[in-house]
Amino acid sequence: MGAWIMAEVTFREAARKKLLWMALLAGSAFLALFGTGLHFQLKDFASRTSPLIARQGVDALLMVGLYAVDLMAVVMTVLTSVDTLSGEIDSGTIQAVATKSITRSQLLLGKWLGFIGMLTLYLALMVGGITALTYLMSLRFLGGVAPHNLLRGMSLIWLECVLLLSVTFMFGTSFSTLTNGVLALGMHGLAFIGGWIEQAGALTHSPRAVNVGIAASVLMPSESLWRRAAFEMQSPLVGAVGFSPFSNASVPSVAMVAYAGVYVAVALGLALRRFGRRDL
Amino acid sequence: MNQSPDDLAIRTRDLRKVFGRKVAVSSLTLEVPRGEVFGFLGPNGAGKSTSVKMLLGLVRPTSGEATVLGCPAGNVEARRKIGFLPEHFRFYDWLTPIEFLRLHGRLNGVPQDDLSRRVPSLLDLVGLTPHCEKRLHDFSKGMLQRIGLAQALINEPDLIFLDEPTSGLDPGGRRLVRDIIKEQRARGATVLLNSHLLSEVEVTCDRVAFIKHGEVLQTRQLRTLLEGEIDVALRARKLSAETIQGLEHWASSIRANGERVRFTVPDTEVLPEVVRYLIGCGVEIYEVTPQHTSLEEQFLEIVGEDGGL
Repeated sequence: MGAWIMAEVTFREAARKKLLWMALLAGSAFLALFGTGLHFQLKDFASRTSPLIARQGVDALLMVGLYAVDLMAVVMTVLTSVDTLSGEIDSGTIQAVATKSITRSQLLLGKWLGFIGMLTLYLALMVGGITALTYLMSLRFLGGVAPHNLLRGMSLIWLECVLLLSVTFMFGTSFSTLTNGVLALGMHGLAFIGGWIEQAGALTHSPRAVNVGIAASVLMPSESLWRRAAFEMQSPLVGAVGFSPFSNASVPSVAMVAYAGVYVAVALGLALRRFGRRDL
Repeated sequence: MNQSPDDLAIRTRDLRKVFGRKVAVSSLTLEVPRGEVFGFLGPNGAGKSTSVKMLLGLVRPTSGEATVLGCPAGNVEARRKIGFLPEHFRFYDWLTPIEFLRLHGRLNGVPQDDLSRRVPSLLDLVGLTPHCEKRLHDFSKGMLQRIGLAQALINEPDLIFLDEPTSGLDPGGRRLVRDIIKEQRARGATVLLNSHLLSEVEVTCDRVAFIKHGEVLQTRQLRTLLEGEIDVALRARKLSAETIQGLEHWASSIRANGERVRFTVPDTEVLPEVVRYLIGCGVEIYEVTPQHTSLEEQFLEIVGEDGGL
């Protein structure tokens, strides 16, 4: 019960502080821009290009859009949650709550669930919005373009955000807000560059570079989840072509996805353990 | 004291907390019976707030043991019956006072029906009913302290920890705190008051503990402290050595210096008899003044002028 109360409070706090609405407003602006770009692209394709090539062009734009959504969701996840534990511990806000008849685990899990609710809503609206826009706008000319395996891809982006949320919570139980933000985004940056090294290594047939990338993914598997999501969502033709900025020369395995799931559990477990033992 | 564990709201044995190299609480041994208003007195840095945090489970003791309402300190079920106003009270200031009290009530498992009754009545008690539509971030420091006090009472607690409850309050607010403490005592609740305002402690507490370097130096009944042995200042002429010696029948610690004599009596009831004795001896009395020892003087005597710094 205590966890649900804290989840509700976290969600209401984001809404009351206009955080949620601003994120959705920025997301709407993004969708409007994406729709405008797609509109002109489709118009030009209709007058100059065959439907087959036009479909690949729309597919590529859709992947760019989904990649931008992924980045925005990752940044939003870290920025909104970075202060929730460390900030409340530093300010002493947590004292009035932690002395109520709620366990520390319930308190932490409640906040975690509240943020998961928010990021799920955000992803559903953004990924759903961009997919619906693309499908409806391309319906007349191309019969409707949609991500190949939308649900699987979206689930992987969701897991990526949950992973970053759990890592932010883990650091938030030990470090200040600023340090926590630097660490969480820094680790994602590490995974990001590792992912590109892995792809470049695969393209240039450099197994050692691929291994460096895999090692970075083991350290922080967030970017590999996006690359797996992109692989799931891209059209089979782009997959066959191989390397593009948003497809994969080296596709993260299902084992890496499972590893990311374990990573979430471990990060959350460490956060619970540390938060349960530390002085407030 | 020999209280049974069930009669005690708080019981600690050699409770100790060390932060790195700093000993915040060295060895706190304390017993607070249920229904008592207990004052925690000590200079800044004496370990009062850390002790309270250990009793509430916010801070883990390095060693020692503590039970609160018969359960180990920090027990979640026991906390259901505890109210707490932290020294530097911070909260979700985006809530209105009603939402805030309801949230804290729900976190303590108070049923919705009880909350519907208690929230308006507590807002009324702390004088915030006219401000119930505002968000807490629009509240003054005094108003925040009042709402903090209300949240500490939302679960009708058996034990209330008030850490510097009058901080930021005007005289009206301070009086409100005193009245609330009296009401809670009348209800049978135990109150642990942590305050550096000795005048406040003097009028509200049944018993006080003097703490320095995280150790209880002395625990005293406040009535004994204030109404116990009394120093008396006498100014008189024609005082012979025999007359002064005769005062020993009622008094102790007799110090004579010319016309001025100071002595200690067990209570003020004996003073008329002393005066009759002196007149009978032909002494010309100009002044007989009982010198009450204030809590502040007691504090300085027990804790020391340096305040433990």
